[in-house]
Amino acid sequence: MGKTLFDKVWDSHVVIDDESKNAGDANGPSLMYVDRHLVHEVTSPQAFASLKQTGRQVRHPELTIATTDHNVSTENRTLPIVDSVSKMQLETLARNCREFGITIYDINSPEQGIVHVIGPELGFTLPGTTIVCGDSHTSTHGAFGALAFGIGTSEVEHVLATQCIWMYKPKSFLINIEGNPRKNHAITSKDIILKIIRKIGTDGGTGTVIEYRGDMISRLSMEQRMTICNMSIEGGARAGLIAPDETTFNYLKGRRYAPKESELERLVKFWRANLKSDSNAKFDRVETINVTDLAPQVTWGTNPSMVADITDSIPSPEEFAQGDENKMKLAVRALEYMNLEPGTPLTDLHVDRVFIGSCTNSRLEDLIEASLVVKGRKVSAEVRAMVVPGSQKVKSDAEKLGLDTVFKDSGFEWRESGCSMCLGMNPDILLPGERCASTSNRNFEGRQGAGGRTHLVSPIMAAACAIEGHFVDVRDWL
Amino acid sequence: MIPLDMTNVDTDQIIPKQFLKLIEKSGYGGFLFYDRRFDHDGKPKNDFILNDPKFEQRQILLTRDNFGCGSSREHAVWALFDYGIRVVIASSFADIFYNNCFKRGLLPIYLSQNDIEFLFSVVNNSDMSAEISLQKQIISIAGKKINFNIDSTRKKMLLEGIDEIGYTLGFEDQILNYEKSFKAADYNKYLV
Repeated sequence: MGKTLFDKVWDSHVVIDDESKNAGDANGPSLMYVDRHLVHEVTSPQAFASLKQTGRQVRHPELTIATTDHNVSTENRTLPIVDSVSKMQLETLARNCREFGITIYDINSPEQGIVHVIGPELGFTLPGTTIVCGDSHTSTHGAFGALAFGIGTSEVEHVLATQCIWMYKPKSFLINIEGNPRKNHAITSKDIILKIIRKIGTDGGTGTVIEYRGDMISRLSMEQRMTICNMSIEGGARAGLIAPDETTFNYLKGRRYAPKESELERLVKFWRANLKSDSNAKFDRVETINVTDLAPQVTWGTNPSMVADITDSIPSPEEFAQGDENKMKLAVRALEYMNLEPGTPLTDLHVDRVFIGSCTNSRLEDLIEASLVVKGRKVSAEVRAMVVPGSQKVKSDAEKLGLDTVFKDSGFEWRESGCSMCLGMNPDILLPGERCASTSNRNFEGRQGAGGRTHLVSPIMAAACAIEGHFVDVRDWL
Repeated sequence: MIPLDMTNVDTDQIIPKQFLKLIEKSGYGGFLFYDRRFDHDGKPKNDFILNDPKFEQRQILLTRDNFGCGSSREHAVWALFDYGIRVVIASSFADIFYNNCFKRGLLPIYLSQNDIEFLFSVVNNSDMSAEISLQKQIISIAGKKINFNIDSTRKKMLLEGIDEIGYTLGFEDQILNYEKSFKAADYNKYLV
């Protein structure tokens, strides 16, 4: 029987199988080698502290890079950090990196940014590698055909000390994307992944690694692929994967940590031949989704499976639950929290805030597309809108294209890079009751600030919403 | 046993982000389910189960599908543990959360939908307590015994309190061999 791409990356990283597995317990763990490790300020301090306590070293400091993203301010970087607790966390990471010899792209670095934006940007993310980070959206890097997944702080410590991780092999899940959306440029990879989560549910991918495949996927740029893999975790999956192809290999050229010239050619040859699922590979689960008639997707509830077409109205709990009592309770609670009445057209929903940013949608292409929507138009007087580039490099690249002027002229705030309002661990938060069109990945209660109400959308949908002050079908604009 | 009758409880609910700025591994108990337990003025909300005096000091949390979904923050496990919870029983768990539990000595037990319904009905209608044996993998309550699954490695880890890093470092030869092999060197030499 053939192997899946996931099997191949897995098999090439097994250091040993645990004795329980060798003794016949199919569910036993394997010790996996970790090629790349990303670290940020929030989930690492306890790991470093514990290393110091036990007198252990970092096995391979050169295989880890660090940045500060979660709690940094996205306002003027020359100002002092006001929040003393955040400051302490940032300083702790800097000190730990110094002590253990780890490269850090801190707040003053021109390469600082969201950990899942700078990894690919620096060429640190490579096809066929294993990549971990104390952050669930590590699944982003799967867009390169890397096996990339989020881990807890204890595992961060384990990886620092051993460059390995114990892992139970997940099952394989193939999602075939069929068709080509009409109104092609108004339907983004964000709409595709929201549609997938709407279909499989927030735990549909639990215990699996998803491989995304189809003509549509092949046509996507690397940045668009990253958006899809990024939200695999919102469908419960451990990781998302897309087989690397010429788009992937071209992306790597000239990036700092990526292999160069003949070395790259040699590896590309190897990747091209090996990094794809065999035609006779068997997946544990297969789903197909057709995107031909896909409309822009908008979340209405408090988890990322509560999604509707922009042309829909807010569903009733009965419609959402389809007879499932627990889903019913969930929907009732969600509508109450979101302050929504079933039957209200989504286009009638007015927003207070618009956020374009996060590891899901803050890369250059996202900003270019959004800028085309806002160019020459003004943000609604009722709305406060901001663009937060994913990295300082995205920011400076965008500024070279004049996007900062486009956004600022139309009334957007143009910020420094960071996680910002995706999780509100920094000054960028929603106030209680505020409604936000957000390009981020989670609409959980309080995610963007206690009492805040989040609707997840694509960057162009968020941009159009900022102009009109309420949700609109962006297909009518493009 | 505390009946938390909710599905899809995410780690943002278990421990909101404003408490992730600490650099210690303990002291999170007071922040467990903070935004559910307290209103904007910091006053306890009466309608949340953890604020019901009847359920103070309980060590088992009973809940439903997909507990611990979302963010990978291990702080969620630390908060449950610091609060005094030692076992979480659910119909399913999110992967990263499930994994994180074992690092702090919190036992996550997944049961069938039927068993979960049975436990909810017992807890909602009586004040019976449950006894859980990890060794025997049995929950005893209301005269009934419910078996649960856990793989042998994780069970051993919890029962013996193994230092996982120390255990892994015992495989130094194998790790070195792997590192010398083509597979690791091929990817990692560019970074050195």
